[in-house]
Amino acid sequence: MARVIKRHKAVSVRPLKTGQPTGAVLAFQGIRHAIPMLHGSQGCSAFTKVFFVRHFREPIPLQTTAMDPISAVMGGTGNVITGLETLAKAGKARVIGLITTGLTEVQGVDLQGVVEQFRNSHSGLAGKVTVVGVHAADFSGCLENGYAQAVLGMIQTLVPEHRDTLRNAGGVSYVNVLPGAHLTPGDVDVLKAYITAFGLHPLVLPDLSSALDGHIPESLSSPVSVGGTTWEEMTHMPRALATLVVGSAMRRAAEDLEARTGIPTHYCQGLMGVEALDQLVSLLIGLSGRPVPAWIERDRSRLLDAMMDTHFTLSGRRLGLAGDPDWLLQWHGMLVEMGLDTPVVVASTQSQALSQSGFETVKIGDLEDLEDMVTGLDTNQRPHALVGNSHVAEVAGRLRLPVIRSGYPLFDWIGGHARAWIGYEGTRQVFYDLANAITHSGVPKHHPFRSRFSTFPEKEPK
Amino acid sequence: MTPAQVAALLDEPACEHNGTKDREKPVCTRLKPGATAGGCSFDGAMITLFPITDVAHIVHGSIACAGSSWDGRGAASTGPSLYRLGLTTDMTEQDIIMGRGEKRLLHGIKQVVERYAPKAVFVYQTCIPALTGDNIEAICQAAEEHFGLPVVPVDAAGFYGSKNLGNRIAGDTMVRRVIGAREPEPLPDDGHRAGMIIHDINLVGEFNIAGEFWNVLPLLDELGLRVLCTLAGDARFQEVQTMHRAEVTMLVCSKALINVARLLEEHYAIPWFEGSFYGIRDTSLALRDLARLIADPDLMTRTETLIQREEMAIGKRLAPFKARLQGRKVLLYTGGVKSWSVVSALQDLGMVVVATGTRKSTEQDKARIRKLLGEEAIMIDEGNAEVLLGLARKQGAELLIAGGRNMYTALKGRLPFLDINQEREHAYAGYRGMVTLAEQVIATLESPIWPLVRNAAPWHAPLAGEA
Repeated sequence: MARVIKRHKAVSVRPLKTGQPTGAVLAFQGIRHAIPMLHGSQGCSAFTKVFFVRHFREPIPLQTTAMDPISAVMGGTGNVITGLETLAKAGKARVIGLITTGLTEVQGVDLQGVVEQFRNSHSGLAGKVTVVGVHAADFSGCLENGYAQAVLGMIQTLVPEHRDTLRNAGGVSYVNVLPGAHLTPGDVDVLKAYITAFGLHPLVLPDLSSALDGHIPESLSSPVSVGGTTWEEMTHMPRALATLVVGSAMRRAAEDLEARTGIPTHYCQGLMGVEALDQLVSLLIGLSGRPVPAWIERDRSRLLDAMMDTHFTLSGRRLGLAGDPDWLLQWHGMLVEMGLDTPVVVASTQSQALSQSGFETVKIGDLEDLEDMVTGLDTNQRPHALVGNSHVAEVAGRLRLPVIRSGYPLFDWIGGHARAWIGYEGTRQVFYDLANAITHSGVPKHHPFRSRFSTFPEKEPK
Repeated sequence: MTPAQVAALLDEPACEHNGTKDREKPVCTRLKPGATAGGCSFDGAMITLFPITDVAHIVHGSIACAGSSWDGRGAASTGPSLYRLGLTTDMTEQDIIMGRGEKRLLHGIKQVVERYAPKAVFVYQTCIPALTGDNIEAICQAAEEHFGLPVVPVDAAGFYGSKNLGNRIAGDTMVRRVIGAREPEPLPDDGHRAGMIIHDINLVGEFNIAGEFWNVLPLLDELGLRVLCTLAGDARFQEVQTMHRAEVTMLVCSKALINVARLLEEHYAIPWFEGSFYGIRDTSLALRDLARLIADPDLMTRTETLIQREEMAIGKRLAPFKARLQGRKVLLYTGGVKSWSVVSALQDLGMVVVATGTRKSTEQDKARIRKLLGEEAIMIDEGNAEVLLGLARKQGAELLIAGGRNMYTALKGRLPFLDINQEREHAYAGYRGMVTLAEQVIATLESPIWPLVRNAAPWHAPLAGEA
């Protein structure tokens, strides 16, 4: 059990947290031909758009119900209906994610009611456009929770409810995957490769790896998402052999999927580190009945070799981490395997999994807390490097610590979205990067001593 | 903020949009859900005032408002970095249900004042506390009395309206609550120049994005023009307080803060003009206008000398670039003042602007565009990706210049691109900025990647339309 220290300040300074609506918007990017619409003021979507455009360096489809003083007081149902009509009329969207925000949650929007109302008054759109309602108040939870809420909404709205007795129908063995928000498009690619390597067919919901992976789509401009989980893939989900869930925030969505389909669920916290990956591979062996492909054996062997090569530099060293709960927990496993200590851990929000984790202490807070915790330690107890987003990188700069950039947002780093952290290979690269970062952090390697008997001048010419 | 106050701010007598019924597109209508781009009033207020570097800017609301936007703008500072702290009350569900928002805010002001010793605190109202009725006015007043420093409420919740309304609320707040509270400092000893009268001027809406105002400030220094305040790039709180003492106001970003220029004229009889530091002609014109309105004959003479020197120098430096850029076609999609000021800059490089965006432009802006591009100028009111790419193709534009959020759209269309908005990394203002602009245009336009990116793989037929 981790000791969790609650937020204690009135004002957050250098915030670490990003709100739930932002996470929900992210999830809809991974559904093909989808567009999310934030039910709130136009700023909610403008900020979110810029946030992701800078991170992914991709266009981000996103709309707003553009609440104004009248609808803020009198109710925003009219705005929602008009917004949905406008998007439906444009004719490009197959899925519209209708996501609430703090404003409309406080107002008390009847989300399902208004979706129902739209469905009834626009029955001609049935089968063409589906609206997925998502509750995402930004005054609780964080990006990961909003993303998970959106996936829950997708399952409830888009995945057919039935228990298929013919799991392996048509000779295709499907495996459902619900990847948490802490997996990058690059990570999802790797996960799909692992599953495919066992002759299984992954159905990933949502699938950022074909949407925000940074490719040039055939249609040069699109007002909706250009990749992601297809309609067809979602209809196959009830036929899968198993569902693999990555991240504890996804639990509600996973439970719902299991209840709807009866498919057994396999949970994992993250896919970095030997143990987590061994479990994944064992699961895939069990599901497929196939032997482990040679390349996976090779990758595993390479990781173990890399761990021996890097442990001189890494074992017993200390890291500071700041991020969302599931992101932190994914890192935890591999750090423990290397014997890296984590004296400074800051989480954006509380989560049950986090308090049950093996971290010694977790502070719920912001990046001022991160900095205070680091500077509050004796010099020989401080972290050797920090891990976190671009804002964390700035803190690291001030503390003169090396940093590994990971998480959201990364605006000063190109290709962060493409990086694969997971898999044996991804883990290997992380150990390499950590070892290199610490080796080249500019900390003096030795402490020269000048003998009192020395007859050379104190400042010898170089 | 009451509806009447909002209406009063939207009713801007100095704005060309105002009052006439036959405008093709009134700006201040209700927004259309599902088809709206752009920020909210809070966004507008924040971008206007956040560049004041020694103020603690506290965003009172849930994490949405500050959490994904903090420290996102490129307004550079010579000193304090207090403005980049991303302060927010980060309201929780409990705060809202139990009505503890005001209490959190008051404690928050205390926390920030004690730790960071700001020169002033600005508190930004946002949607949730505006809806639940947190009285930030009263909290700010109590905090001001208790802590003995200015605590200014900026009541610009997102749902009040557009970003532009937020700009105006911010400007109005400065005029009503901050400007006029202090006299300018005496000139420093080495600030005097023999035989030169030093004049005090205001800039309004110069945000020092990517530090670009530092391309211009040395020229103003040389001419003996002391900038009391830029409102608000690299500004200090006490500079804002002294703006009433300027002899002239140059309105740099017209749409956003025209009310400030007008109110300064009304309250303090400070004449103002609208100008731009983009491009050679406009930079020279702005310097001339400053001298003209100050009406110091010596200053006018020195200004002409400086302009002649700078234009000659920059002409020489730009000559090799101009030879490469002459006649190259560019599509410009930006807003407001930049819709004409950047046109002029590009023309100064010898480029041909085939169309320009006017989404946030005033009628005055459009008149200037017509002057630069002719009566037949193509103006793009609402340019989504498809429209922009289509127009670029039709007009034979080789380059799209727009804001960062359109950047990746252009790139998907395999079109060279230059970012001109607030997130950009390069300083384009002033004479010197023209070299940077030319370098950046050439960097994208002449990059060897384009043929590779556009051509199909050797085993595929050529892409449709490219053959």
